[in-house]
Amino acid sequence: MTNLFVLQLLNGLQLGVLLFLIAAGLTLVFGIMDVINLAHGVLYMVGAYLIATFAAATGSFWWGLLLMLPAAVAVGLALEWVVMRRLYARSHLDQVLATFGLVMMANEVVKIVWGVSPLSVPLPGILSGSVPLMGPLQYPVYRIAIIVAGLAVALGLFLMVNYTRIGMLLRAGATNRDMVSALGVDIGRLFAVVFTLGAVLACLAGALVAPILSVDTGMGESVLILTFVVVVIGGIGSIKGAFLGAILVAVVDTLGGVFGPILLRQVLDPAAAGQAGRTLAPMLVYILMAVILFARPAGLFGRRG
Amino acid sequence: MTLKTLLAGSALAALAAPAFAQDVPASAEDDVLKIGLIYTLSGPAAALGEQARNGFMLAAESIGEIGGMETEIVVIDDEQRPDKAADDARELVQRENVDFVVGPIFSNILVAIHQPVTETGTILISTNAGTSNFAGAECNPNFFVTSYQNDQNHEVMGAYAEQQGYQNVFLMAPNYQAGKDSLAGFKHSYTGGVAGEVFTELGQLDFSSELAQIAAFQPDALFTFMPGGMGVNLVKQYAQAGLSGIPFLSAFTVDETTLPATQDAAVGLLGGANWAPDMDNAANEAFVSAYMEKYGAVPGTYAMQAYDAAQLIDSAVRKLGGDLADRDALRAAIKEADFDSPRGDFSFGVNNYPVQDFYIVEAVKRDDGFYGTSVREKIFDDYVDTYADACTMQ
Repeated sequence: MTNLFVLQLLNGLQLGVLLFLIAAGLTLVFGIMDVINLAHGVLYMVGAYLIATFAAATGSFWWGLLLMLPAAVAVGLALEWVVMRRLYARSHLDQVLATFGLVMMANEVVKIVWGVSPLSVPLPGILSGSVPLMGPLQYPVYRIAIIVAGLAVALGLFLMVNYTRIGMLLRAGATNRDMVSALGVDIGRLFAVVFTLGAVLACLAGALVAPILSVDTGMGESVLILTFVVVVIGGIGSIKGAFLGAILVAVVDTLGGVFGPILLRQVLDPAAAGQAGRTLAPMLVYILMAVILFARPAGLFGRRG
Repeated sequence: MTLKTLLAGSALAALAAPAFAQDVPASAEDDVLKIGLIYTLSGPAAALGEQARNGFMLAAESIGEIGGMETEIVVIDDEQRPDKAADDARELVQRENVDFVVGPIFSNILVAIHQPVTETGTILISTNAGTSNFAGAECNPNFFVTSYQNDQNHEVMGAYAEQQGYQNVFLMAPNYQAGKDSLAGFKHSYTGGVAGEVFTELGQLDFSSELAQIAAFQPDALFTFMPGGMGVNLVKQYAQAGLSGIPFLSAFTVDETTLPATQDAAVGLLGGANWAPDMDNAANEAFVSAYMEKYGAVPGTYAMQAYDAAQLIDSAVRKLGGDLADRDALRAAIKEADFDSPRGDFSFGVNNYPVQDFYIVEAVKRDDGFYGTSVREKIFDDYVDTYADACTMQ
C-alpha cells in the first residue's frame, strides 16, 4: 500500500505541474486582462499538435520542442490580435460566447488540417524507459522529466514575476489594472505579452504530454475545467496560487481516484466501488474548492475578493 | 417546426406506414441494386468507420456490378449518435429505397437502427456490432452479422488465460455496458483468480493511477478492453511504466486502427480476433494486397468484415439472378454464405451470426515496415456464440 501511495504521489505531482503550466496563463489572462478564456484548452491541444507535426517532420522530439516554441508565440500573438483584442471591453458573457465558439472552430480546423485519427509523438530516446523506484516498482523517466521541467518553468516564472520589470507590471496589473493604465503603461502591449505568455505555457504543457497521451481533438476540454478549479483555488491572478492550487488539486484527484475505490471495495462490489470511487474522486476536488473558498473567498493568494 | 408541418408530417407518416408493413419492400421492384452504408465517420472513432467503408468499397469496386446488377451505394455518417442513426436508417429504407443496409460499428447504433430497417423487410447486415439480444431471443430473419457476437473475442482471451494457467489476472475496462460485457465474457471462459477489477471512466486518457495499482499488485496478466484512443494511451503508458513483463491480453485494443499510433509500444501484445491480415490463404492475400495498395494502410477486422458483407450480398443476389422479390429465397441465399472469406471458414448459425474460428493474435512489425496483427494460435474452432440456443428462428 505504501508503494501505491508513493507512486500516486508522483503521479499527482506530475499532473500538478502540467495543470500549473496551463493554469498560470489562464490566471494571468483572467486576473490581469479580466477575460474569461474558454479557448485556453485549445492552446494546450495546439501545442500537442504542433510538436507532433514538427517531431514527425524533423524526426526528433527535441527539434519538435524547439520549433514548437516560436510557433506557439506566433499562435498566441495571432489569436490575441485577431480575436482577444476585440473582447477586452466586452462583457463576460460575450467573452464566454466568443471563446466557446473559438473552441468549436479550432477543433474543426484541427480535424481538417490533421485528420480525425489521433496522432502520436515518439518518446525521446534518452527519456524512454523507467527507473526502479523500490521493490518491483518502476517509474517512467519521462514523467520524472515532466516534473523537473514543470518545476523549472515554475521557478523561472517566480523569478520573472518577482524580480523583473515585466513581472512588476504583471503584479501591478493583477492588483489594480486601472491604476497601471493611468500611470501610463501601454496596457495594449502588456495584454499582448500576458496573453502570449499564457499561450506559450499552455502549448508547452500540451507538447510535454504529447508523448504520453495520444494527440486528439478533444484533449483541451478535458483539462479546462480542472484548470479553472485550480485558478479559483489559487486566487485569480496569482502565479504562486496557481502553483499551490495545481499541486493540491492534482494530488487530491490522483490519490482519491485510487484509494477511494480501494476503501469502498471493503463494503461494495468492485463495479459499484469503481463507479462510486470514480464519482467521488472528482467530487473531492470540488469539495476542496468549496472548503478553501469558504475560508478564503478570494482563493489562497487572491487579492481581490 | 410549426404545428401545420408537424400535422402534415404525421399524416404523411401514417400514409407511408402501411406500405412498409408488407414483407416485400418497394426497393425489390426496380433493376438497380441499392445499398446503404451506415458507419461512424467522424469523431474520435472515425478511423474504425473509415476502415469498414474502405473495406466495403474495395470489394464493390473489384466486383464491379454487385450480384450482376447496376449498383448504387449511399454512405452515411452516423456521428456515433443513435438518434441520428435511427433517422438515417428510416430515410434509407423509406426514401432511398435501399435493398440492403450495411453497418454500423457501434452496438448502441445497431440497437437503434435494427427495428427501422428489419421491420420493412429490408436486409440489415452488421459488419461489426453483434449484440447478445439479437443473437438470442430477438434474432431476426432479416438481420445478418459478418463479424462476431460481441462477447466472443473476450471469451477467446479468457480461454487463453485459462490455458496458460494464470491464477491472478487484473481486469480493466471502461465503465459502460460494453466494458462490463467484456469482463463478463472473459470470466465466462476463465476460472482463475482476479487480482483486481477496475472500471475506468469512458474516454479516460491518463492511466497512471491504474498502472500504479497493477505495478503494486504484480498480477500474472492484465486483461483489458480499451477501444480507440483509450487503448492507444494505455498501451503507450504500459510500456513506459516498465510493466512489459506482465502479459497484456486485450480485445479491440491492439488492432490495425490503433497500431499506427502505438507502433513499437504495442509489439508483442496479445489480442483475440477472428482473423489477422497475415493469414495464409488466397482470398486473404488478394484482399490485403488490394487494400494496402489502394489505401496505403494495413486493413483491420473492421475492413475485412465489411469486405465480406459486400461479397455476401454479391453471392446471394447472383444466385437469384437479380430477382429480389422472393424474400424467402433471398434470405436462404444469404444464409448459404457462398463466398471465400479472407478468414477461411465462415458460415451462418441458426441466429444468422457467424460460425467461425477464433485466434490469439500478436502485434508485430511486418516485413513491409507497417504494424499489424499476426496469428499465433487457434483457440476456438467453428465457435458458436453462447446465445444462439435462445434463438427460435428456423
